[in-house]
Amino acid sequence: MDLPLSDFRRMAVEEFDTTKLLAHAVAQARERGYQKFPIVDVDSHHYESEAIDEILEYMDDPVLQQLARSARQASAKSVGMLPAGVGYQDMGGRVTRYPLRGLEKGEKGVHRDISLTRRWMDAIGIDIAIMFPTPMLQLGLHPQVEVEVALARAYNRWLCEKVLADEPRIRSMLYLPFNDAEASFQIVQEFGRKKGVVGFMVTSARYRPVHHNSYMKTYALLEEMNLPLAFHAGYNWNDQTTGMLNRFISVHALGFVFYNMVHLANWIINGLPERFPKLKVAWVESGLAWVPFMMQRFDNEYMMRSSEAPALKKLPSDYMRDMFFSSQPMEMTDMGALETTFRMIKAETQLLYSSDYPHWDFDLPSTIYDLPFLDEKAKRNILGGNAMRLFGLDLGGQKLARVA
Amino acid sequence: MPEVFVAKAAQFPDGERRIVAYDGREIGVFHWKGKFYAYENLCVHQGGPACEGIMMHKVEDVLAPDRTWQGQKFSSDEIHFVCPWHGYEYDLKTGECAADRKLKLKSFDVVRRGEDVYVIAG
Repeated sequence: MDLPLSDFRRMAVEEFDTTKLLAHAVAQARERGYQKFPIVDVDSHHYESEAIDEILEYMDDPVLQQLARSARQASAKSVGMLPAGVGYQDMGGRVTRYPLRGLEKGEKGVHRDISLTRRWMDAIGIDIAIMFPTPMLQLGLHPQVEVEVALARAYNRWLCEKVLADEPRIRSMLYLPFNDAEASFQIVQEFGRKKGVVGFMVTSARYRPVHHNSYMKTYALLEEMNLPLAFHAGYNWNDQTTGMLNRFISVHALGFVFYNMVHLANWIINGLPERFPKLKVAWVESGLAWVPFMMQRFDNEYMMRSSEAPALKKLPSDYMRDMFFSSQPMEMTDMGALETTFRMIKAETQLLYSSDYPHWDFDLPSTIYDLPFLDEKAKRNILGGNAMRLFGLDLGGQKLARVA
Repeated sequence: MPEVFVAKAAQFPDGERRIVAYDGREIGVFHWKGKFYAYENLCVHQGGPACEGIMMHKVEDVLAPDRTWQGQKFSSDEIHFVCPWHGYEYDLKTGECAADRKLKLKSFDVVRRGEDVYVIAG
């Protein structure tokens, strides 16, 4: 395979091996003693588009299934049915695992998604990875609600049967087709007790307010089943606001926070934490810098306009401190600001390590482990303990990752 | 100072790089426009293999005299290598991080002994 470079040159690459790419991560795991404690990654990814032919086998609607298969044949590299957002996650090929991952070979007799996921988990030192899809992060923007529902159901079935059933180290918060409230409720009912399902996930890039009455029975069911609800951030360059941004860096930096800010605002101001006090809510892949901003902004305005949020019995920031936040992409350019953020969000109990691997801005466990202001207990809580308590995970006292 | 063999000069064409290891340390040696450059293969960000990524010229904005933006181009002389983990870019001729020149990879001297190229891994 040839990678195009900045001039006449091209770079020939014949193989790609995650273990080699992550050799330095292996060394970090050994040096920091990750074999001594569990590490849970609450947000990692695979490329479900690579298994789309298998997934479509699980699609109920024969017409949508035929449409998707036909589109797949017409254009080998696109699904046709998935809304492909404009974007440059690969940074012009600079992040080489994007163009090269197709060259990687999996283990014989093991599903490719399991094989490749275990490979990077072992390299990084992760015992359990909660895995999400990739192109489907944009599915909430699909103009056809029935397509979101059909793909969500097919993907969830496929994931449960082909991946989660066979590899206990891989878990998932399953995709909720949130543009259809009734279908979301049914998905929780159908899949909530399947092996490997540890909660449910809403892709945040969409235009449905989380406080709409149609969602209340789904929240009640999740609360009753003790299953966390996560909001996974995403960008949308087709939004009129982000459409004013002319570079991907801007769309990504703002977009991956914007929708979660909107949903979090609605969640709190409409009193959902009071209505569902035992429902555990997690905000995923927005980094952390936005949380102190939201806390200060909403506390300040709430003190003046509490009449507009009559359901609240404490400050908005107090509700936020009851929530969970995934760490990545953790803003690390100002240690003082980061330390303040950890204090404000009660990181020792509420922060969940996430890698986001294999995406371009992944974080290794060392981003947490090397922080100078954390003691060993806090590090271990954030890297695994908090997630084990939140999701009820039990590793049997064993380290599952093969730390070399 | 230990000298670590990198390659025969004839087998190390211009535009290529080699990674050598010495005493637990990896060093990336680049051959670019007739000169050799060597840096520790350890990204200042999260410890990625910075020297193993692709080499790309610096991207530059093109501004007209009236300061209007006219487009972008690749630099004709500033070449970067890019950490494959997250995209941190380094100036190949200095080892400085392109986004923040205060950050810099550890550099090493490269010497030729006849037809052989060595890096001084001290």
